Amino acid sequence: MNPLLQITGLRKSFVTPEGQRKVIVDLPAFSLAAGQQLALRGESGSGKTTFLHLVAGILAADAGTIQVAGTDMTGLSEHARDKLRAQNIGYIFQTFNLLQGYSCLENVLLGMAFGAGVDRKRGQAMLERVGLGHRLRHYPRQLSTGQQQRVAVARALASHPKLVLADEPTGNLDRRNAREALALIRETCRENGAALLLVSHDPEVLAAFDEVHDFATLNRALQEAPP
Amino acid sequence: MTLALIILRSLRQHLFSTLVTAFSIALAGGLLMAVWIVKVQSQATFTQVNTGFDAVLGARGSKLQLVLNAIFHLEASPGNVAYSDYEFIKRHPAVKFAVPIAVGDNLRGYRIVGTIPEFFREVEYVPGHTFTLAAGQLFNPDAKEAVLGSFAAEKLGLKVGDVFHPFHGLVYDEKNQHAETYTVTGILAPSNTPVDKVVWIPLHGLQTMSGHDPKAATDVSAVLIQLRTPTAGFMLDLMYNKQGNRLTFAYPVGAIMADLFSKIGWFDRVLTLVAYLVAFVSAIGVLVAIYNSMSARRRDLAILRALGAGRLTLFSAVVLEAAAIGALGMTAAFAIYGLIVGGVAAVIRVQTGIRLEIWAWNPVMLWAPIGMILLCGLCGLLPAWKGYRTDVAANLSPIS
Repeated sequence: MNPLLQITGLRKSFVTPEGQRKVIVDLPAFSLAAGQQLALRGESGSGKTTFLHLVAGILAADAGTIQVAGTDMTGLSEHARDKLRAQNIGYIFQTFNLLQGYSCLENVLLGMAFGAGVDRKRGQAMLERVGLGHRLRHYPRQLSTGQQQRVAVARALASHPKLVLADEPTGNLDRRNAREALALIRETCRENGAALLLVSHDPEVLAAFDEVHDFATLNRALQEAPP
Repeated sequence: MTLALIILRSLRQHLFSTLVTAFSIALAGGLLMAVWIVKVQSQATFTQVNTGFDAVLGARGSKLQLVLNAIFHLEASPGNVAYSDYEFIKRHPAVKFAVPIAVGDNLRGYRIVGTIPEFFREVEYVPGHTFTLAAGQLFNPDAKEAVLGSFAAEKLGLKVGDVFHPFHGLVYDEKNQHAETYTVTGILAPSNTPVDKVVWIPLHGLQTMSGHDPKAATDVSAVLIQLRTPTAGFMLDLMYNKQGNRLTFAYPVGAIMADLFSKIGWFDRVLTLVAYLVAFVSAIGVLVAIYNSMSARRRDLAILRALGAGRLTLFSAVVLEAAAIGALGMTAAFAIYGLIVGGVAAVIRVQTGIRLEIWAWNPVMLWAPIGMILLCGLCGLLPAWKGYRTDVAANLSPIS
């Protein structure tokens, strides 16, 4: 059986303001099984956010293949990648990225709108699951940071994704909230049968995972770069 | 449904600019519809109103002045017509009915016009309708009695049995009071014609009012004429205007008014052009408002993209939002329209007695809103393009 996520020969470069081409991601091979939970250790500036954007199809790769749930993303149009992302991938950000003009429930519903389709009951159930059943009509600014990240977790998982990407999800939280948010992400992924790919530089977060890879050893772009 | 939610939330998030731009659309759209309808309605009404007459015979002068004075009770009388001329045309075989009128007095600004009672009994001011009395009865042609048009009676606050002194001249001046008193015997039912704003008295009464020139006591100001056949008008036109040089035969009434409107046509073309410009500028306002807020929206657009929304979905959301502002504005535009046309109609009613139909159906009430909504949508294309090109990766993490 094929793994859920399989990456080979992935390359992505940007043109710097000075006009030079700089390779950000150069990943010979990477894979993740369905339901697997894996953490990547990565400092900021290591290209880990770019890597997650590539996996999510937000950015297009220069070379290589990214297979998500049996579909090779690199050959797809942007529109097809949007659809693939909407149907298969949930994204959790360090800065939560909740939509400020929408209520908590509406935020969660928008997480489903472009993929599985809007299901109010499911949206409410997800917010209840993360302990915010009493905050459906509240707006993000009315919540604490810990609560905001819980809304983001509910949004990421509402559309039954097969893969959840988490980019420093605890980076903006205090120690207690961080621990709770991490536990919540891991539990809800398990409950919904979603694989979890998390990147962080926080040792406490990384210690919670059985499997931790060092992004610096995976990404050859970092090894080539001059110190 | 998701698209509707995105548009609604975005309108609400930028509520102030939504309301301000919608208000400017409302003003512009209301103005456009008002200018259009006042033009169309007044033209249609003024060229149709002839109070049942085909022609006016009066002193030598402008046909337009004759019509305005004798039919619309505006303007001064260009001079007098001898009673013998009235007698002559009354008996002319081509003439079905002739009504003499005499002007020159007023009651607190409302014109007093002398005529014969047959005017009210026999003339169909619109086909099938003769004048009817709302109260009282017609004046006795030999008594000092008056019948008031409905609008004049209402504004003057007079009712049957009331007594008044006429004032000399067409313009009210309290120093020029006549000695006679007249008694109101009847009030006419509204006809929505210039007849409504006139105080009617017997012809003889006006001719012999104290202080009027006794030498002109049998003269009339003009004769209103109904013809037996339309072609007879051209014969009389030839007789009075081409062969004669004492009198003017104004015929046909509708064409003379249409001529007036075509003379002042440049004026409402300018007004219409200004209204179009205002509409255009207000649509540009929508463009600027949304365009300026695009920087603030980029993060939201990037988040929606990360949730799987396609570029095209968000592009159409911005275009539809601009169109929605247009729709909101044009809904309110009908209120603005009502205010403007209501005001104009009130002025026209006071000046001419004619009532404009404010809410009568006109295609402009359909094409102006549709056109404005489309124009706003068009103006949404530029900000939508700006949003379309939003770099998702760069806008997802503005912090750090």
